[in-house]
Amino acid sequence: MQMFPLEAKQAIVRRKGKVLAGPIDLTLQGQGISIVIGPNGAGKTSLLKMLHGIARLHGGSLTWACTTAEAQKRQGFVFQAPVMMRRSVLENIAYPLRLIGVSKAEARLRAQDWAGQVGLAHVVKLQATLLSGGERQKLALARALIRDPAVLFLDEPCASLDGRATREIEEILIRAAANGTRLIMSTHNMGQAQRLADEVIFVLHGKIQEFSPAESFFAGPETKQGRAFLRGDIVE
Amino acid sequence: MSDLWGGLTQAFWLLATLDADLVEISLRSLQVTLTALLVASVLALPFAAFLVVRRFRMRRMTIAVLNALMGLPPVVVGLVVYVFLSRSGPFGVFGLLFTPSAMIIAQVIIIVPLIASIAHQSLRELWSDYHDLLISLNTTQFQRIQALLWDGRRALLTAALAGFGRAIGEVGAIMIVGGNIDHATRVLTTAIALETGKGDFALALALGFVLIALAVSVNLLIHRLSHTESEGRW
Repeated sequence: MQMFPLEAKQAIVRRKGKVLAGPIDLTLQGQGISIVIGPNGAGKTSLLKMLHGIARLHGGSLTWACTTAEAQKRQGFVFQAPVMMRRSVLENIAYPLRLIGVSKAEARLRAQDWAGQVGLAHVVKLQATLLSGGERQKLALARALIRDPAVLFLDEPCASLDGRATREIEEILIRAAANGTRLIMSTHNMGQAQRLADEVIFVLHGKIQEFSPAESFFAGPETKQGRAFLRGDIVE
Repeated sequence: MSDLWGGLTQAFWLLATLDADLVEISLRSLQVTLTALLVASVLALPFAAFLVVRRFRMRRMTIAVLNALMGLPPVVVGLVVYVFLSRSGPFGVFGLLFTPSAMIIAQVIIIVPLIASIAHQSLRELWSDYHDLLISLNTTQFQRIQALLWDGRRALLTAALAGFGRAIGEVGAIMIVGGNIDHATRVLTTAIALETGKGDFALALALGFVLIALAVSVNLLIHRLSHTESEGRW
């Protein structure tokens, strides 16, 4: 089923009267990796949550090419601080399948497979809360990918990870993208943005300042703030 | 002091000889309290989870009332249950007054608010952890409640044990609705009250020690069975 384009029109997310993101006008097409960049507090997380549909809109609209209910079933989200359910690693990964009525045996089998794909095969029996930061992110990735989502949102999945864990996660992401999963991901790491991005969404003060293909953005941002941010200046 | 010592020795002899009366009332204490605990947990734990995941208009009010009801005076509960179950009361036809069932009903009413309150407190923390993930995974309300109850089971055990502690030591309500009838509704606590009234302090103390020992062993047993003390498990 066709999910894209995803279209946001004047969409706003507020919290306690303060605008976290918006008004956002954005149309996303169905291929590739979109990278959301911007300084701390710019609204990257709010933007992702808005697009994912877990932040309530206080104005504007968000429409997929299919129904919202259908779209909700085919999305995944990886949080910046992944939620470890108080279960074993295997049960954590299998949980999304159990929710949609897959049998326990089948869910475990597929979870085992995914654990192998993200390099967690040796710890599947461990309690998830005992995992290290990198392993938690890999668990979250496997758990988000196990339903084979059409779209995967990632909120700084490599924040506070070292180079090796970052590379391993990037490999998983590239593989997922190659298999046709649409990735929309925020990051702080400019190197990572350059390695992964097909298109760049530059966010500042809750608004989208620039939305352009990766090559043209990294060759030379159109906006003054974009250029400053890329140079590594402090943007306020 | 001699009473205390006499109580200890008598408790020892009652236990060593497996006194028939002692065994009977101890088993009845356990039967009444464990049944009440089971019924109360089945009611209170899902209700606590429901209160956590569901936002509704009277939610805060419900939680406040629940917390207030933790301090419900057992004597008053006993009295109200008595009135309901007495021959002329609305449930008089069932003939439950002065039976173990009546005692179970009274204890359920006393411990449901306690268990629900404590469970609500710990599940709320778990929910703030899980909230984003479960919303993102598009779970139904029922699935959220399921996940909370399952993953919070250790904290819920504590809530249930608090309920057990309150119920096993309770005397006011079950004295009124049970009537402390020998070989029918006499349990440890009501027997203690009776023996104290009769002036047989040694026997009363002996029963008291047995009661404490019983409460401690049930707690230990439940912890053992659920592996609460072993590292890395829930």
